[in-house]
Amino acid sequence: MKVTGKVTGMVKKISDKVRFLKPSGIREFFDLVIGMDDVISLGVGEPDFTTPWNIIESAIYSFENGYTSYTSNKGLFELRDEISKNIKKRYGINYNPETEILITVGVSEGNDLAMRAILNKGDEVIIHEPCYVAYEPLITLSDGKAVIIKTSAENGFKLLPEDIKNVLSKKTKAILFNYPCNPTGASYTKKELTAIANALKNRDVIIITDEIYGDLTYDFEHIPLITLPGMKEKTLYLNGFSKAYSMTGWRIGYACGPEWLISAMNKIHQYTMLCAPITGQIASIEALKRSYASVLEMKNEYRRRRNLFINGLNEIGLQAHMPEGAFYSFASIKKTGMDSNTFAKKLLHSEKVAVVPGTAFGDGYDDFIRMCYATSIDKLKEALLRIGRFVKKSGK
Amino acid sequence: MDEILEILEKDARTTPEEIAKMIKKSTQYVKKAISEYEKKGIIIKYKAVINKELLKDESCTDVLALIEVNISPERGSGFDKVAERIYSFPEVKSCYLLSGGYDLLLIIAGKSIHTIGNFVAEKLSTIDHVRGTQTHFILKKYKESGDILRRIIKDKRIAISM
Repeated sequence: MKVTGKVTGMVKKISDKVRFLKPSGIREFFDLVIGMDDVISLGVGEPDFTTPWNIIESAIYSFENGYTSYTSNKGLFELRDEISKNIKKRYGINYNPETEILITVGVSEGNDLAMRAILNKGDEVIIHEPCYVAYEPLITLSDGKAVIIKTSAENGFKLLPEDIKNVLSKKTKAILFNYPCNPTGASYTKKELTAIANALKNRDVIIITDEIYGDLTYDFEHIPLITLPGMKEKTLYLNGFSKAYSMTGWRIGYACGPEWLISAMNKIHQYTMLCAPITGQIASIEALKRSYASVLEMKNEYRRRRNLFINGLNEIGLQAHMPEGAFYSFASIKKTGMDSNTFAKKLLHSEKVAVVPGTAFGDGYDDFIRMCYATSIDKLKEALLRIGRFVKKSGK
Repeated sequence: MDEILEILEKDARTTPEEIAKMIKKSTQYVKKAISEYEKKGIIIKYKAVINKELLKDESCTDVLALIEVNISPERGSGFDKVAERIYSFPEVKSCYLLSGGYDLLLIIAGKSIHTIGNFVAEKLSTIDHVRGTQTHFILKKYKESGDILRRIIKDKRIAISM
């Protein structure tokens, strides 16, 4: 991705769009961590559990039986059917597995397809920050313009209906939001979500919800936006197996939405990706059919880790709000007087704990760092000790 | 099951303070609950899971045998009395009453095959109600009480990801 700077030689053959795309804020940091021993990394964005064995075993069995081919573009019908049944059973919403569900290579691809399918040059997409690092680049790559709502720690980093109303314009094509949110863990109760839905109800915009962490909501039931009145018709519901089923490397996600949108997305998907890998799709069928107990077990473990870790951070004196879902703490380091990059680098060098600077998730979050608590209790305790020592030392 | 028990079953070293934070209760509450469990015998004891196969010192590693035992039950006490007589030997590490072709399943530990042989011949088989035994020596342990016995696996995740 390093094609910024002076344009010389063949580099100028790279498209302007890519050349001027902001490189990911963590690249340099990543290079620092690589090669260091004994680092406790809270910089990861994935579960520490390996995929439940019954899921892995179903993939091995599929290999043994020669399932190594392409699947239909939209994905194995059996998987789409299971997804449809699952959504129906859990949320009472109907999606036609033939026309309204697309299997993607992770939610990442679903997001990319959605942007490419809907955006013309200059169309606006509302996103919130802090947010997942890919949102703005995906919009830019599709010639759209990201309109950013800055959420704040005071509101638990939640999107507020009035914030949305303030930025809605004639150019707004879509709003994309993620809950529970990476990096803040913010999510919405039914009441809060209804208020957001009301702000969007009579507006002619597409809503894209990235609900990949939905199953990892700790204090209340996760409510998919599609379950609220009038929302399903204009919402693209994105989900996948990476986080809740601990299947990040399998790269299987899905998009559920109105037929006009799914078929547009599939048009791009068939030319670019062709289909998601068959092994992951077969494993995902097993995940849906027989693995929900494992999801609940992992979720319970994350909840306990969250409670312990957030409590510990606040005891150290870093201000950390209680995340409602996902497995990250977006904590304030303001009292240390350091910017997030300095904090992260110094912490890494002096105590060998890796965290991600807040600026990776949006401009203006230099007082924050993201820490992932999807790590064993023992490591979390050790990390708290080290961070505590570091904060104390630097407090002088 | 109570979350306190779930946490302790996974890691008995978790302190009441830590458990309290994990489940958002007071330390006092957790301490009281644990002592109740101890009093009632719900929590029997706290111990480490040791993979003895990794010990260099051969004298620490026991030979293990799985023994199927057929017994004739006693009037009045059924299998319990006979089982008690058997499981009270310290060599008996586990003892289960089963349905099916035999009655008791024992796991016996001894210093050598001879020790176990002697135990079976001299102690077990000579008990009045024992009608027959079948001994299987354990060659290798892969998993015990939910724990896979092998070296700690390294975290395979890349250190920084989004």
